[in-house]
Amino acid sequence: MIRFDRATKRYPNGREALGAASFEISAGEMVFLTGRSGAGKSTILKLIALLERPTRGLVLVNGHNTSSLPARKIPAFRREIGVVFQDHRLLPERSLFDNVALPLYAAHAPLREIDKRARAALDQVGLLDRAASLPMELSVGEQQRVGIARAVVSKPKLIIADEPTGNLDPGLSLEIMDLFRRFNDVGATVVVATHDLDIVKASGLREIVVANGRVRDPGAEPELPHMEAHR
Amino acid sequence: MTGWLTRHLQAMLFAAGRLTRAPLATGFTLLVIAIALTLPAAFGLVIASVRTATGDFASAVDVTVYFKQGVTLEKAQQLAQSARERSGVDRVTLVSADEALKSFREQSGFGAALDVLGDNPLPHALDIRPNSEATTPQQMEALRRYLAAWPEVELVQVDSEWVIRLNAILELLRRLVTGTAALLGVGVLAVIGNTIRLEIYNRRAEIEVTKLVGGSNAFVRRPFLYTGLFYGLLGAALAAVLLLIALHLLGAPVGRLAASYGSSFRLLSPGWREVGSLVGVGAALGMVGAWMATARHLARIEPRA
Repeated sequence: MIRFDRATKRYPNGREALGAASFEISAGEMVFLTGRSGAGKSTILKLIALLERPTRGLVLVNGHNTSSLPARKIPAFRREIGVVFQDHRLLPERSLFDNVALPLYAAHAPLREIDKRARAALDQVGLLDRAASLPMELSVGEQQRVGIARAVVSKPKLIIADEPTGNLDPGLSLEIMDLFRRFNDVGATVVVATHDLDIVKASGLREIVVANGRVRDPGAEPELPHMEAHR
Repeated sequence: MTGWLTRHLQAMLFAAGRLTRAPLATGFTLLVIAIALTLPAAFGLVIASVRTATGDFASAVDVTVYFKQGVTLEKAQQLAQSARERSGVDRVTLVSADEALKSFREQSGFGAALDVLGDNPLPHALDIRPNSEATTPQQMEALRRYLAAWPEVELVQVDSEWVIRLNAILELLRRLVTGTAALLGVGVLAVIGNTIRLEIYNRRAEIEVTKLVGGSNAFVRRPFLYTGLFYGLLGAALAAVLLLIALHLLGAPVGRLAASYGSSFRLLSPGWREVGSLVGVGAALGMVGAWMATARHLARIEPRA
């Protein structure tokens, strides 16, 4: 599903955000990317979603080599990925229904299909009765659930989330993680970047640690001293 | 096909919705576009009115040949035939002395005075109309010299100078109007392009998210193109309304002014064809302006994590 092979990302200002990272994530797996802010987690997500291309090395996602994927194929590539942000990025002037339906509109889905799937996605996150509301009428946790509904509405094979619980209290964080688990249970590959190590530990799922632009397997190496600082 | 129509209908409705949500800003933009389109349309209409009132100038360049007294009708007919055979001559009409006198009697109102004269004082004459391609000053002068060289000819009268001058003035005005229209067209493009540019930057976050969830450039661009189209269409429609209002206000005074000089000149009203052309030009400018703005600015907006 996802394969990084000595993938390096160096930005035009010379900063190396990711250095020769190699790891694989299998289809149907749920994985946490952990590490401090600026460690390189977001860069990995950007490379997966093709918001950036690697400077060197290989990034394969859903069988596509992101280094060489032509620009005209990027929209179709992104439709196979659901993205959840910490700040949820909902469109404030659009109803929850329209926010959730946006990927389906972009995919030119038939209107009947859009209606059915957007309502189903809102139902999955428990907000169907608020379909006509505007995002600002919701709590932060509810807004995040709408963001998740938008990410899953087109039934993507891969869901990536960047600090989805960053603005939430522990109770809501568990609720959001439970949603990701449910989508993973029905076959979606889920990659969650987080610095909330309690959630990671509680999940018992695989963790890919990123520190200073390097990817490390905590099961194979001693824990990095700075990681202690998060806990 | 249904999907294609649905997508365009959605983009159209979305664009129309955005315009109606900011009525004041939309209204001002439309007014600027309308004024820019009204000016050349109005000037063009005035020129068309003058052309209509003064007839077909190219064919109005006539040459009148007056024969000497004593030239017989038969001789005049021979000379008329010679004139017909000359290249560059479209039509030759022989006006006999009797016909001329009859016409003068009818039109001048001096019938009784003419009765006092014993003989007909008017000569035979030829009314010669050159081809429309043979009306340059050089060609007219060559024709005049050719005719004047006949010994039977008393006078060759070429009343073309005022026509040539008027034609030159109208051509100059036409070019000025064309130039002004082109400049104002560029202005309309700039207004629409800038409005779309601002709209793109106001909706930057929305565009980023749309691209992130798989929206293609065409999908993102479509509502902006419809916005440009609506600006152009509605601006041109408003221009047509302004033009009709101006004609309604000015038509009667212009007619009265012309009548005071004995002229039947009146301002022409735009027909459906003219209004259609105006709206078509407006729509095209709207689309082109929006396309230029989106091509330039949308590509710069890429999603960020």
